[in-house]
Amino acid sequence: MSRVRIPPMLRGEVGGVREVPAEGDTVRELLFDLMARFPSLRPQLVEDDDIAPFVNVYVEGEDVRTLDGLDTSVDHGSTVILLPAMAGGL
Amino acid sequence: MNGVATFPKAMPGYRELLQQVKSEIDEVDVTQARELLDAPERPLVVDVREPDEWTEGRIPGAIHIPRGNLESRIEQAAPDRAQPIFLYCAAGNRSAFAAKSLEELGYENVVSLAGGYTDWKRSGLETELPRTLDGEKRQRYSRHVLIPEVGEEGQLKLLDSRVLLLGAGGLGSPSALYLAAAGVGRLGIVDDDRVDASNLQRQVLHSTGRLGEWKAESAKRTLEELNPDVEVVPYIERLTSENVERILADGWDVIVDGADNFPTRYLINDAAVWHDIPLVHGSIYRFEGQATVFKPGAGPCYRCLFPQPPPPELAPSCAEGGVLGVLPGIVGSLQASEALKLCLGIGEPLVGRLLLFDALATEFSEVNLRRDPNCPVCGDSPTITEYVDYVEFCSGRPAHA
Repeated sequence: MSRVRIPPMLRGEVGGVREVPAEGDTVRELLFDLMARFPSLRPQLVEDDDIAPFVNVYVEGEDVRTLDGLDTSVDHGSTVILLPAMAGGL
Repeated sequence: MNGVATFPKAMPGYRELLQQVKSEIDEVDVTQARELLDAPERPLVVDVREPDEWTEGRIPGAIHIPRGNLESRIEQAAPDRAQPIFLYCAAGNRSAFAAKSLEELGYENVVSLAGGYTDWKRSGLETELPRTLDGEKRQRYSRHVLIPEVGEEGQLKLLDSRVLLLGAGGLGSPSALYLAAAGVGRLGIVDDDRVDASNLQRQVLHSTGRLGEWKAESAKRTLEELNPDVEVVPYIERLTSENVERILADGWDVIVDGADNFPTRYLINDAAVWHDIPLVHGSIYRFEGQATVFKPGAGPCYRCLFPQPPPPELAPSCAEGGVLGVLPGIVGSLQASEALKLCLGIGEPLVGRLLLFDALATEFSEVNLRRDPNCPVCGDSPTITEYVDYVEFCSGRPAHA
């Protein structure tokens, strides 16, 4: 079980909470567990069976694209951060 | 009495002590000094006199560390103990003691100028008058001048610095106010919008009396009233591929990105990479904000972080999603702090780190960012080398190759 931090623009898809627990030994398993429970997250997170280019996934502060992508292993109890690009400044 | 009893003879007087110290250090005369300073491997020249002596003239290229602060500040100026150091004072006595102290700190290659600045000047060698803050500025910026990492030199650097701000809105307001208060000499403000009542909950550059005015003009008035030392250059236009080169040609040391849309963010990113200008990034939404510094050559760029913008239907703006009024105050102030550090060349800027702030939880966290060697703009073999149609690129339609 890991804790997945949900960014504010995606909270509507998970009932408004800031953090959601998810199961999985890899980023793939973890995201698919999340998307199975919250299907409207899918277009926000994956594209062509890979992590969408406009969202970053960090496991313990490291971008999984610089690790093994969807196959990056996730230790039990890790903090996972989902981070879509946000443009707001005004 | 045990401390005193170990001395073999009576305590030396000043003359004896000076003589003893001089016999233990390396001294050079003016002729040797000139050779040393003309050599290709020039030593670090340190003036150890008092501030009032320093302001009356110095050896060109010297840095100023008064004798009393030498031990505490030298490591910052010369972290490498093998670095050759050339010390001088007025007559060569204080610098002799200074040389002795540096040797005790482990510096291996220290010389002191016998005869000091007095001999140097008497020999007709080149001197320079340091630039100094006038009395009014010294008072205005006194709290900066007191900080060793800033000091008078740093303040002069800020007064010579030029920072371009994208947006005079939520993030741009606190950034611009603090940069102006800090005495950054020139602030450019790019904004094509007018002050609206819905802005005033957070955009502290503007006020009720300015409703309907151009934000860039309103910003100029506020900032120049805050600090007349600052020149504000308003650009009442939206940044586009057509005007970006003209605006950058005015010369900027740092860019602060407080834009509210993806096309502008990708455009300024590409421009900053190509012009080798550090870009201080900030963004906000509801209770959360992010900040980082994209410094070309030293870390990733915005495209390394987000190769593509989200499709518009998945990317709500503050206008749609709302934002806590004080949030841009925090994130924009962080951007100002980063911009000041970059202007001064001090500290550890947020390069390769993305700072996340959650105001509801009152929590700061950080994730690591890495440069993508395959990045189309800052990667090893860039595929984008000129401005593209950023509106189209961000529209969700496939960008042309």
